Amino acid sequence: MSKAKFGVVVFPGSNCDHDAYYVLKNLLNQDVKFLWHKDSSVGDRNVIVLPGGFSYGDYLRCGAIARFSPLMKDILKFAEKGGIVIGICNGFQILCEAGLLPGALLRNQSLRFICKTVRLKIENKDSKFTNSFTKDLIDLPVAHGEGNYYCDEETLNELRDKNRIVFRYSENPNGSLDDIAGICNEKGNVLGMMPHPERAAESIIGGTDGKFIFQSIINSLN
Amino acid sequence: MTEEPEINTELAKSLGLLEEEYEKIIEYLGRIPTYTELGMYSVMWSEHCSYKNSILEIKKLPRSGGRLLVNAGEENAGLVDIGDNLAVAFKIESHNHPSAVEPYQGAATGVGGILRDIFTMGARPVAALNSLRFGELNKGDERTKYLFRNVVKGIGDYGNSFGVPTIAGEIYFEECYRDNPLVNAMAVGIVKQTEVARSVAKGKGNPVFIVGSSTGRDGIHGATFASEEISEESESKRPSVQVGDPFTEKLLLEATLELIKSGVVIGMQDMGAAGITCSTCEMSAKGNSGMEINLDLVPVRESNMSAYEIMLSESQERMLVVIEKGKEEIAKKIFEKWDLNCVQIGHITDDGRVKVYYKGKLEADVPAESLVLGGGAPVYVRDFREPSYIKTLREFDENSLQEPGNYNEVLLQLLSSPDIANKKWVYEQYDTQVRTNTVILPGGDASVIRLKGTNKALSVKTDCNASYVYLNPYKGGMIAVCEAARNVACTGAVPIAITNCLNFGNPYDPEIYWQFREALRGIGDACRILETPVTGGNVSFYNESPERAVYPTPVIGMLGLIENLSHITTSYFNNEGDSIAVIGNLSDKLTLGGSRYLKVIHNLLAGDAPDIDPYIEKKLIDCLLRLISSGKINSAHDVSDGGLAIALTESCIMNRRKQLGCKVELNINTRPDHHLFSEAQSRIIISYNPADEESIKETVRTYGLDFLLLGKTGGNKIIINETIDLNIEIASEAYYNAISHIMNNKV
Repeated sequence: MSKAKFGVVVFPGSNCDHDAYYVLKNLLNQDVKFLWHKDSSVGDRNVIVLPGGFSYGDYLRCGAIARFSPLMKDILKFAEKGGIVIGICNGFQILCEAGLLPGALLRNQSLRFICKTVRLKIENKDSKFTNSFTKDLIDLPVAHGEGNYYCDEETLNELRDKNRIVFRYSENPNGSLDDIAGICNEKGNVLGMMPHPERAAESIIGGTDGKFIFQSIINSLN
Repeated sequence: MTEEPEINTELAKSLGLLEEEYEKIIEYLGRIPTYTELGMYSVMWSEHCSYKNSILEIKKLPRSGGRLLVNAGEENAGLVDIGDNLAVAFKIESHNHPSAVEPYQGAATGVGGILRDIFTMGARPVAALNSLRFGELNKGDERTKYLFRNVVKGIGDYGNSFGVPTIAGEIYFEECYRDNPLVNAMAVGIVKQTEVARSVAKGKGNPVFIVGSSTGRDGIHGATFASEEISEESESKRPSVQVGDPFTEKLLLEATLELIKSGVVIGMQDMGAAGITCSTCEMSAKGNSGMEINLDLVPVRESNMSAYEIMLSESQERMLVVIEKGKEEIAKKIFEKWDLNCVQIGHITDDGRVKVYYKGKLEADVPAESLVLGGGAPVYVRDFREPSYIKTLREFDENSLQEPGNYNEVLLQLLSSPDIANKKWVYEQYDTQVRTNTVILPGGDASVIRLKGTNKALSVKTDCNASYVYLNPYKGGMIAVCEAARNVACTGAVPIAITNCLNFGNPYDPEIYWQFREALRGIGDACRILETPVTGGNVSFYNESPERAVYPTPVIGMLGLIENLSHITTSYFNNEGDSIAVIGNLSDKLTLGGSRYLKVIHNLLAGDAPDIDPYIEKKLIDCLLRLISSGKINSAHDVSDGGLAIALTESCIMNRRKQLGCKVELNINTRPDHHLFSEAQSRIIISYNPADEESIKETVRTYGLDFLLLGKTGGNKIIINETIDLNIEIASEAYYNAISHIMNNKV
């Protein structure tokens, strides 16, 4: 039993950092702090949020530079010890680059950035990130140019067999392998997802399904 | 470094100056200018920076009063009071010529430039908009598709990476824009009134810093390039197009806002057109100060740059900042945190001169005042003459049109015409939701963002029906303002101020100048009556190719304020069984001049623009807002392109999650096409609970406006009399997929 203490990482070029912070602080009344990419430690934080955006301009490859930041070294250790990490959009790309999650996010099949609300199927409702959902289908916005998940066949089989595919697209917007929208690591403490739960946490901006993902994290710690 | 050329009239002319302007420079300086000085004058006196051919007309617009916190043109962008100690900074600017030769970078840097104008004032950008014009999209012209595809990608990539939602805009496709597309970018920011930064340089001895990116050779003479017509040689001006880096801009934003909050900033200005030249001269002139700068200290990214090149470079993502003396370290530390340059290049003086040193030599020594708009920059009165086409086109007789046989077909053709068709192919490439404030997404009348921490929201829209302006610039100018105001009102917002981007042809052509004068007269009159002052904007002349000038296109960027989040209203029908009515001015003749129906179905641009009375428009907006605040309105949608039939269809299908049909009875006493497709102004379609009808009618009557019951929502068809009977799925397919089919070569 412990209280959630969220740390939202700010890389240069992160632009959904404030959105995640706002949901946690203002809508869910959580203890939340920003963590600067040049910091060397996550400190007392027990949940790490890697937000969306274009860390380091997405130059070279999405997430390719962010993984070398000083803070990411500590996040690797944190995750290995079972700490909860959620990577959203660019955060998912960083987790793949950092090796915390398998596979890679390629350019969308259309070769165009896509921003719209999509329907997702929750494939695993027992995870630390989905335990508070009561329904199977949810609507979340996506906004990315490189969200086309890819991995080799062996990895895909493993993801399937071990129930590590957490979300699938009902209508695939980007060409993702096996309609994958979000996966977790083997231990189930690291989640990467392309859709943006922080953008769907209030009915005034179009939906509340995203809030349950953060609520699930809070529940899993209590 | 190449050797400097001989300074003479010929050289001045080659830099875009007139002979008389060259003589004026000699008069100001009391000597022949140096090469660097000549370059500085040539960019500062270009149309783009000096407004020399437009300022006399622009001054006739209502440019102060109301909620305006600064008068138009005073700062980098307009500033409007929205209460709660908050202000909105907003502005629109053109990047037409760069986009014509290098669409991706041209459009991207257009977005970057306007965002900098906003955050230089201390405001965090919260929304981006645009207004775009290209050649005809559905005529198989690959060049047009190339420009369209890459402009959209450029806008998207820059705004998405920067982290500002691109939430509204408008796009039209007309042959006249084929070689000279229009790319106007607008940005909106929020700032605490106590944290506004000004673009002034003052305080003798205060240090002057350059911050942000290094300076390279890109964009040299961009402002001059923007001040001439597009021609065969334009392709060679590709190096005049700047290259954007949204990542650096994002860092610059964060560092700049942090710097302003630290309280050490005396003044700052972004470097857009004319780079260091413009920022040093304008800031000095505004503060009645001078400045001494040393170009050896400017961080450069190319070797062997000359003073001329450094002064004229338009490298992006740079700012000039005057810091309070003694506080230099605070500034440096903030920029170090964000890994950006922050280098002192000079200091403020009190002699009113900008002195530029390089490699131990005084390269320029000019009175700041002599270069700037409102100071020594030239001001011209231009000749004007009504073009002959105006009368010819008005002789058009609408009754000569062949009446269509199948109105379902006509409606489908209109729905799938690129001007009217839904623009999701475009706006789905823009991040419309970052910052989690977007309440009404693109596609409706206007888009809405809420302001966290308040009960308020902003409604924004860009608008200009250039066909109307071409047919009748005075009425067209009024309609652009009225329609934009009506659009934001339909979302529940009070229209409070505008910014404008005036895209015209060559001002030295008296017929073009007549269009310009007349359109501005219309904008001014409408703005006075609607109480929406002009906060600033941009003039873009020379939008011509050898074949033709573009239609006069004065784009209006409208800002609306929603005082209560519960007032936010959608343009689409929400409930089955609601009544549908049209309110406003229903006594005008249902003309077809300048309509999309004429263009799409009859391939004609003719007649006169629809009549407009801004006084009636004002009443309609006030009435609608009163109805909305009473809570009785379930949807409101303005009747514009495509007329009543298109507006009704849009209200049926705009909400893709819950589409609703309608059944409408019109009292059609003449040809149906006039009733269905006339774009007569000042009309709004509303839907409401039938039980509220009497009280709504009563309110409408007290404003002296007309009310006409049209029918009811429900079912899965759009039915209008016996004339139209169309399944909403078929309508949706035409409306939503037309542009992607064209872009994917499926038609």
